[in-house]
Amino acid sequence: MAIIEVKQLTKVFGNDAGRALPLLEQGWSKEKIAREAKLTVGVNKAEFSIGEGEIFVIMGLSGSGKSTLVRLLNRLIEPTGGQVLFKGKDVVQMSSEELRTFRRKNIGMVFQKFGLFPHRSVLANAEYGLEVQGVDKKERTRRAMEALELVGLKGWENHRPDQLSGGMQQRVGLARGLANDPDILLMDEAFSALDPLIRKDMQQELLELQARVKKTIVFITHDLDEALRIGDRIALMKDGVIVQIGTPEEILIQPANKYVERFVEDVDLSKVLTAAHVMRQPEMIRPERGPRVALQLMRDSGVSSLYVASNEMKLQGVVTADDASRALKENLSILEVMQREIPRVRPETLLNDLFELMSATHLPVAVVDENDRLKGIVIKGAVLSALAGNAVPEGGTQA
Amino acid sequence: MNIPKIPIGQGVEWIEDWLMTYFGPVFSFIHMIIGGMVTGIETALTFLPAIVLTIVIAALAYWIGKWRMALFAVVGLLLIDNLGLWAPSMQSLALVLTASVLAVLIGVPVGVLCAQSKTVQNIVTPVLDFMQTMPAFVYLLPAVSFFSLGVVPGVIASIIFAIPPTIRLTNLGIRQVSEELVEAADAFGSTPGQKLFKLQLPIAMPTIMAGINQTIMLSLSMVVISSMIGAQGVGAYVYRAVSQAKTGAGFEAGIAIVIIAILLDRLTQKLFKTKQQN
Repeated sequence: MAIIEVKQLTKVFGNDAGRALPLLEQGWSKEKIAREAKLTVGVNKAEFSIGEGEIFVIMGLSGSGKSTLVRLLNRLIEPTGGQVLFKGKDVVQMSSEELRTFRRKNIGMVFQKFGLFPHRSVLANAEYGLEVQGVDKKERTRRAMEALELVGLKGWENHRPDQLSGGMQQRVGLARGLANDPDILLMDEAFSALDPLIRKDMQQELLELQARVKKTIVFITHDLDEALRIGDRIALMKDGVIVQIGTPEEILIQPANKYVERFVEDVDLSKVLTAAHVMRQPEMIRPERGPRVALQLMRDSGVSSLYVASNEMKLQGVVTADDASRALKENLSILEVMQREIPRVRPETLLNDLFELMSATHLPVAVVDENDRLKGIVIKGAVLSALAGNAVPEGGTQA
Repeated sequence: MNIPKIPIGQGVEWIEDWLMTYFGPVFSFIHMIIGGMVTGIETALTFLPAIVLTIVIAALAYWIGKWRMALFAVVGLLLIDNLGLWAPSMQSLALVLTASVLAVLIGVPVGVLCAQSKTVQNIVTPVLDFMQTMPAFVYLLPAVSFFSLGVVPGVIASIIFAIPPTIRLTNLGIRQVSEELVEAADAFGSTPGQKLFKLQLPIAMPTIMAGINQTIMLSLSMVVISSMIGAQGVGAYVYRAVSQAKTGAGFEAGIAIVIIAILLDRLTQKLFKTKQQN
């Protein structure tokens, strides 16, 4: 269910900005409006909806309007036109009192340069949102401590923000955002000011945190790697317009236009695509079948090995043509000749982590779920083809 | 061509008369308040013998600025007493403190308003420029006609002359609070009042204190000028020495003012710094 629905959301900067709306309606470009109406279009008719518990990434280069867009959601910047529906209620139409309540209860924010209050302790920073709501001292300290514990800052509550490292400061920012227990957390380039290594840790921690607290997160970034790593869905912005919205895979594999294509062309696909993307349907055989059937199957489908799986698709092993011939000669069952030690990976394994495994074996790698049920197999050719940028067949159907 | 003189002078006098006619009671009320404040502070300062007050101030100086400040306070204040300038110095101090307190009470809120509204800032800034550049003697005259002779018009003149730094630096200090912090306060649903008291004023405090320090110094510089309209105090000693060409007496009174100035300056500066470190 959508927790936020954005319709035709537009922000134009300048005097009497409303006059730009009909011009945009007529399809005037951002440049033309800047030149002839002396107005700056920040966000141009953005449309999207965000599901509850989703991590929605808004990505774009600087000047693309992404920071403006996120501020329209909690009206730190007043929209010029359009709607922001939070659980069906239009934020744009809220009175200042309603807006204050919305900001206090429903939507938190984490800032690029942390935005911590330097004159307050870590705890007092985390308490801020509760303090302005008038929550009593004991209760707000309890909840702020919980939030600090959640981000791993227990024991630091009496320090000043400037005594902490960048990564820790942003944890304080995160704790402050979480302490009110909002439904939505806006994160504006929250990790951009951090060192690359710390940044990766924070991304990982955010994902773990998200798994526990199940907040809806709107995450702004200019970094594609970051977007791909943490986003459930990504909206790509250019010149105030959302040019594509999709899952990381959709954006990589089917870029909507040249701009997106150029944006994603430098991405190391091996760190994005997973085994699930390149796997294909395996040729299988039930363990109770005889070697003769196995050989026939191999001949029919032109493969040199078969995967042995029981009723529930539970992977038992693999049988090659040589194994089957031997079984036929020595009158053994498939279960007795099959190779049980076969390389297996999970569907979410990155291609990057598959390379080593694949170079060590002549067999295709089996893709299995947590119950060891066979989902598919990965052959070397499919991996190379995917890395070369060729479209991968949807869901890994038979190539 | 003969352009008639624009009657600015007459206009000002007309306004003066008009204010006198219709706002007489208001001025009397202000006179009463300010007069009361000065007398109260002066009584408090002269209630204790000079030596006791010296010790109190030295103790305060020690608490705020360690022993060097304390030593200076003891030596300086004893010197003032020795020169026979204790009572007039306390009178001047009462004038300065009254003017400073009122200037801060008026100046900080005005500065806050300037910071929150560009319109207010655009109106206030030229007024401040006017107040600071207009020779102080000029507004002694209307001050006298509204508040008669004595210490009260001196306080008023001092406030007018000394208030601009407090207003300007309060405005500046609040405007300097980074955009992101203000956004953070807004994003968590602060009311404007909460934003002001929990964020803007605390962060602007060093800048505001610098303004207050300047205000105190400027109002101290007004004690001699105030003495021309009958404000008693060490300033009157300077004024008298100047008019009678008595270099020695003028120098003695001048030293007393310098000592008070240094004490006020260091104490207010240090008071703030120690507060910040805690």
